Amino acid sequence: MNEALLRSLTPSVLGILVRRGADFAAAEDAVQDALVEAVRAWPADPPQDPKGWLITVAWRRFLDATRADAARRRREDLVDEEPAPGPVLEVDDTLQLYFLCAHPSLTPSSAVALTLRAVGGLTTRQIAQAYLVPEATMAQRISRAKRTVSGVRFDQPGDVATVLRVLYLVFNEGYSGDVDLAAEAIRLTRQLAAAIDHPEVAGLLALMLLHHARRASRTASDGSLVPLAQQDRGRWDTVSIAEGVEILQAALARDRLGEFQAQAAIAALHADAPVAEETDWVQIVEWYDELARLTDSPVVRLNRAVAVGEADGPRAGLAALAALDASLPRHTAVAAYLHERDGDLPTAARLYAEAARKAANLAERDHLTRQAARLNTRLSR
Amino acid sequence: MAKYLLLKHYRGAPAAVNDVPMDRWTPEEISAHMQYMRDFAARLEGTGEFVDGQALAPEGTFVRYDGEGRPPVTDGPFAETKDLIAGWMVIDVDSYERAVELAGELSAAPGAGGKPIHEWLELRPFLTEPPTITE
Repeated sequence: MNEALLRSLTPSVLGILVRRGADFAAAEDAVQDALVEAVRAWPADPPQDPKGWLITVAWRRFLDATRADAARRRREDLVDEEPAPGPVLEVDDTLQLYFLCAHPSLTPSSAVALTLRAVGGLTTRQIAQAYLVPEATMAQRISRAKRTVSGVRFDQPGDVATVLRVLYLVFNEGYSGDVDLAAEAIRLTRQLAAAIDHPEVAGLLALMLLHHARRASRTASDGSLVPLAQQDRGRWDTVSIAEGVEILQAALARDRLGEFQAQAAIAALHADAPVAEETDWVQIVEWYDELARLTDSPVVRLNRAVAVGEADGPRAGLAALAALDASLPRHTAVAAYLHERDGDLPTAARLYAEAARKAANLAERDHLTRQAARLNTRLSR
Repeated sequence: MAKYLLLKHYRGAPAAVNDVPMDRWTPEEISAHMQYMRDFAARLEGTGEFVDGQALAPEGTFVRYDGEGRPPVTDGPFAETKDLIAGWMVIDVDSYERAVELAGELSAAPGAGGKPIHEWLELRPFLTEPPTITE
């Protein structure tokens, strides 16, 4: 059984339950129950109509739960007979679910968890494993998130930008546990792109595809990071790259530039270079200028300094870096790299070691320590 | 079974025998060290003795309550003399002797020159739930 296919039915089934009058929190629990039941029952007895099966089972679970709840509160009159199915506006429902799960009243971590469960159809256990927290903690996070959005009308228009931020966060988490969050983020962004015509949704999808294409080459067999310039480009996924570039070009042609399209354009320029030396750094700097104009983010200006160092030489890169706040994450690492390119190995070695102490993750710390070790070994010979 | 915390210190522990900072090793020595640590954790997972392992960033902050309506006070990072935890591993083993044996193996991880670091690791037993049968 293809679990991703099963899970892709989640938003429309959930949408139908909500349209039939179920409240969002109860409907979401019922759909989750139905998914678990499907994983158990389908391999031996696959249904003719998977979606119909899920709707029937989820609706029954919803009624059972509501009845049990009502009985507990001695208010049996709560439950009506099964209402006639409401109008089925699947695409709209899916979009509404994205808006609801990424509602601005939610914290980023809650929005991520709720999106993965209610739109992605992942179980609480899978989400907990992926984010390395106890299952009970994740269950609480999700039920609090559902309470937070309980007053939001289901047909209320939402903000695409908040949805994109949530999907971007999911993608960037990479993966741990048995769920590939990057692949899941791509699936959800594809689904969103099918539900709404928006150049930034396309831009984010292209960005994800272009970065995902490099994944196999990003880490060595011992788990250490491989920088872009040293990656084996033969291992890049050309199908993903071609799809990402095509989606990006269609989006850019609409002349409504946004930050994800600009980031994707930079990724596409890297993908386009058969060897690192042939990278079109001049164009990449231009895209960073666009990106800085769109976002005014110091991280963008830091990355721009790296690109300037490649396009105009390390001295120019160091000059661009000097204009930035030295406390920025990875500022020291960039300085180390540019000093090495400039031939000042003792300074580069010292800065790599300092950058390693400031690194925010283990893989980056190990990588930077190795860089310092590499230069110190060379210097001591 | 008893749980133990194996603490690795950035500073505050007695000096290791093979005490060379990692950025003064060769890249190959770093790789060998990383591999040893991974293999060690994988082996303990295999024997059913591994619980958790995490690494910590060196720079931290001390924080305390400063009274009603006031923001918490922060202090630090402190001077070199203070104890500084680098990371931990939690193991669940049959005996204190086994915990000591494993800590010894972890301390033998290779460092500069490919030789064991002989690093001092701190072994701390968890305080447990009271036993059901007490007499």
